[in-house]
Amino acid sequence: MDFATLLQMLDATLRLATPLLLACLAGLFSERAGIFDIGLEGKMLAAAFMSAAIAAVTGDVWLGLLAGIGASLVLSAVHGLASITFRGNQLISGVAINFLAAGLTVVVAQSWFRQGGRTPQLSGDARFNPITLPFAETLREVPVLGPIYYELISGHTILVYVALAMVPLTWWVLYRTRFGLRLRAVGENPAAVDTAGVSVVALRFAAVGICGVLCGIAGAYLATALQASFVKDMSAGRGYIALAALIFAKWRPWYALYACLLFGFLQALSLRPDIITNVIGFRVNGQLLDVLPFILTVIILAGFVGKAIPPRAGGQPYVKER
Amino acid sequence: METMPKWADVILIPLISVILAAVLSALVILAIGENPWSALKLMVEGALGSTYGWGYTLYYATNFIFTGLAVSMAFQARLFNIGGEGQAVLGGLGVALACLYIPWPHWTLALLGASLMAAAFGAAWAAIPAYLQAKRGSHIVITTIMFNFIAAALLNYLLIGPLKVPGSMEPATATFPAATHLPSFQDMFNFGGTTFFRGAPANITFFVGVAACIAIWALIWRTRLGYEMRSYGQSEAAAKYAGISPTKIIMITMLISGGLAGMMAINNVQGEAERLVLNAVEGAGFIGIAVALMGRSHPFGVLLAALLFGFLYQGGAELALWTSIPRELIIVIQALVILFTGALDNMVRMPLERLFLTIKRAKQ
Repeated sequence: MDFATLLQMLDATLRLATPLLLACLAGLFSERAGIFDIGLEGKMLAAAFMSAAIAAVTGDVWLGLLAGIGASLVLSAVHGLASITFRGNQLISGVAINFLAAGLTVVVAQSWFRQGGRTPQLSGDARFNPITLPFAETLREVPVLGPIYYELISGHTILVYVALAMVPLTWWVLYRTRFGLRLRAVGENPAAVDTAGVSVVALRFAAVGICGVLCGIAGAYLATALQASFVKDMSAGRGYIALAALIFAKWRPWYALYACLLFGFLQALSLRPDIITNVIGFRVNGQLLDVLPFILTVIILAGFVGKAIPPRAGGQPYVKER
Repeated sequence: METMPKWADVILIPLISVILAAVLSALVILAIGENPWSALKLMVEGALGSTYGWGYTLYYATNFIFTGLAVSMAFQARLFNIGGEGQAVLGGLGVALACLYIPWPHWTLALLGASLMAAAFGAAWAAIPAYLQAKRGSHIVITTIMFNFIAAALLNYLLIGPLKVPGSMEPATATFPAATHLPSFQDMFNFGGTTFFRGAPANITFFVGVAACIAIWALIWRTRLGYEMRSYGQSEAAAKYAGISPTKIIMITMLISGGLAGMMAINNVQGEAERLVLNAVEGAGFIGIAVALMGRSHPFGVLLAALLFGFLYQGGAELALWTSIPRELIIVIQALVILFTGALDNMVRMPLERLFLTIKRAKQ
């Protein structure tokens, strides 16, 4: 494999890792606050549809992004209502949200656009276009570093940079602010937070809300940046891969970045089977690459490589003592 | 504290939940510019208006009986088996191997052998998540979801590789030998000149499913093992104190659950398609969740809920055929049922409990 191909692969890795990373950080906020969220997939899908639909109708991708975040937040509110207010089963609520999104997006898309459950193709201002960073063109001729800067670092849509910036931001919020401390505490021991006079319900709703916003951006990225329209089931299991990455990262932001880059790389590889054949000399089954994130996570869970311990109060509704 | 009579818990709450789901579904139909009332009429007509419709309704119901039982079995021990889909995929593989490579003399033996293989394959697919839950404490929901994806990839690989018919482009196994053909309702209900269920896929597996409901009921409420499962589900600490091994209960419950999900394959693979194709499960594993929640995890409740979903499925197919309402509407209804009977249970329950408490106080 030559240098140019390697850069291409890493470039694809970054593009494919972005939705995983956003969804993974979304799950991180929610689960660190003690709310399991297997509805990441559904929220991304709903956001993908709404962002593509509104962008197609108005021609403005930023309105699309807002609409996508809005759709994701509505589902977050349902999840919060079910799992915080009514203390229902968080996992069942997540499953319901996934199906709700899978069904509603197609039903609404069909009645709205009559294109068999798709949205019209987006172009121009209706989708996020690549940004060329300053000096990328001029520095292109510099050996090694020039192409790296031009191909790999420059030339992505703004949401890719937003996702990358979210990693240090998430770290800072969780570990360096009062809100973050409380958020982590509410996922470990809500009773202690309650005793300190801080509202468990408000904190958890805040976490679920942040989760909704991030999933919304992830979904909008799928339909308006990575691709140029919404198609049925376009999230294609990314919400679950993000969950796997979250476990892989043991619920920590920087490790989430590494896990998502790894899983993004695997996705990039499965799109280019010819490269694998060239490098290692024999064909690797594409299906194997697609499920490798899950197999790796199962191995992590099996405890062969360290132990993944989730937040202690995860999944349990908090009942205030009377 | 008994705040509500038992009938309210068993009948009233599920009924209200379903009505809520139905009202919201009607609003969705209204919102996309169709008439909910005529949609319902079309669904009833298509699913229950002829023996042909019934044949499809009962065929789908049979799938959902098995997957619903699988989920409700795990619920007894407070385990959430979301991997019915993958276990049913593996069950299909078991059925295909049994039917293709063993020369069965008669369909009765083929049914028995294929059932055993289906159950064994489904159980094996549930065994690893169960072991990880029991020994490593990793959450069974996460692992079973992942095993769904791994199962789909495995089947995909086998059907475009080793199991494909040589020379064929289609990702499917060869058609099973005629000796493995299960009697369909059309074969069974053929009296002289009149044939009922003509062309419908319902087959003898439906009765296997009903028998499974009875067997699971007996297992849960009439055996020591069932008692241990329920105790573990109610309180892990108390069960441990009573000398019940959590590892044993988790493993056995999940093996039975996976086996039941796998057995669905005798209906859709051996009974209907008579060969193994890609995506044969068609989401039935997930519908099992809705069925188990609606059926209150009771085998007879599961039977009724499976019939309802069989009706929805066949009715939905008819809707997609005659109107512009896409088939995905059924997924919306399924989601709403899961939401109201599962996650938002307390939303219905809490006001009702208050109501019954007020009535009780007023009487005193």
